[in-house]
Amino acid sequence: MTRRKAIVTHEDDNVASALTALGRGEVVEVEIGGSLFEVEVLSDVPFGHKFALMDIPRGGNVVKYGEVIGRATRDIARGEHVHVHNVESLRARGDLRPHRQSQNLT
Amino acid sequence: MEFSGYARPNGVGVRNHVVVMSTVGCAGDAAERIARLNPKAKLLVHTQGCSQTPPDIALVEKVLVNLALNPNVHSVLLVSLGCESVSADRIADRISEAKRVEVVRVQERGLSDAVSRGSDLVRGMCEEAERARRETADLSEIKLAVKCGASDFTSGIVSNPVVGRVSDIVVGEGGTVIFGETTELIGAEHVLAKRAASEDVARRLLEAVEDVERRAISMGVDMRGGQPTAGNIRGGITTIEEKSLGAICKTGSSRLVDVVGYGDLVSSKGLVFMDSPGREIESLTGLAAGGAQVMLFTTGLGAPQGFPTVPVVKVSGNPETCNKLAEHIDVDLSPVLHGEEGVEGAARRVLGETLEVASGKATRAELLGYDKFLNIYVRGPVI
Repeated sequence: MTRRKAIVTHEDDNVASALTALGRGEVVEVEIGGSLFEVEVLSDVPFGHKFALMDIPRGGNVVKYGEVIGRATRDIARGEHVHVHNVESLRARGDLRPHRQSQNLT
Repeated sequence: MEFSGYARPNGVGVRNHVVVMSTVGCAGDAAERIARLNPKAKLLVHTQGCSQTPPDIALVEKVLVNLALNPNVHSVLLVSLGCESVSADRIADRISEAKRVEVVRVQERGLSDAVSRGSDLVRGMCEEAERARRETADLSEIKLAVKCGASDFTSGIVSNPVVGRVSDIVVGEGGTVIFGETTELIGAEHVLAKRAASEDVARRLLEAVEDVERRAISMGVDMRGGQPTAGNIRGGITTIEEKSLGAICKTGSSRLVDVVGYGDLVSSKGLVFMDSPGREIESLTGLAAGGAQVMLFTTGLGAPQGFPTVPVVKVSGNPETCNKLAEHIDVDLSPVLHGEEGVEGAARRVLGETLEVASGKATRAELLGYDKFLNIYVRGPVI
């Protein structure tokens, strides 16, 4: 039995999770809503980390479990590793507040 | 579905522990010596109980009473210093409504005397406890706590969904499932609120999450590194939203029937949320005080700890963790990760193990004795 190499948790997701360490250039088959798609991985993706199923523009939502898990902090290409280097949380961000306040003052 | 447990006035215990409990940090040494002389007794020591704000003193008293009232506890020796802010008499009065409780105070005649008298009392309680016998009990008597720790991406994909299915079965059989970890609802609360049995329950859930998020924001920092933890991030979890959405899978799909405060005794049947922190020790302490007799704990990277009075069943969907940390993992769910086993079959395995543990089988944490610590989650300063 060929072990699946990546999993997509919901058909609305724009990221997949690697079930094994993936190398740059590897072509991975993923199942989304019963259909199979191929994605070429553009960078090394460690076991358990995510890669993009489609291009995600800077500021665009990153979706897993069919829900928003954060926002892209730069353009992310289909097949690229998706993690803390290019995604930020939208919640409980105390570090953003002083910035917002100073914006409000000007 | 059935298990075999100890009938108590306030529920069915799955363990039969005699507990030596300090009322305050300053009495911890005396309690530890008494427990050391009685290896069958369980030691519950902590650092709270004095020089705290009145709400925290009341909270510590409540948690100590509720830990003692847990049906897994046969009887209790309270070890007091004598001048602490919490009242040993008040705590003992409330425990005595359900079981035998005795008190020794170090300030009466010093450590040696307290240890000698305390040890005699505990020896007598252990003899009484040995006469207790297990009886068949229905699954509806179970309060199952579900918790995740040292999570990685497998938690949200494998172990939490499998435990979620177990939660649904327990609730379906008339039992109770308690979950906590308010921080780990941030970003997923809207999903749970839709499952609330009433508007009031939904409101209380959302208020608890708002409160913890407001406190995080007030610190003026990005939570990352704290939540998700550095280990979570290494394990592939990017944001608190992703962690939360994976975490709530362990609650299954039942209606949320109640929201309770930290360490409150849970009285509702069905799925109940306890407002509590995500950190293991404080979280397990709150759930044990809530009355959980057994806990299901999912882990990705490998969280080894149990709890002194409540068996904690560890399950993991990470193949490397199940292999490297086999001595800590009770149920290996890694076949689910690659689709070799379905969620339903895995859930039946976990439920089977849970019922065996409830009926007396020792967990890995119990066998290893990796179950010594508790900590009461207080809000205010030490004063």
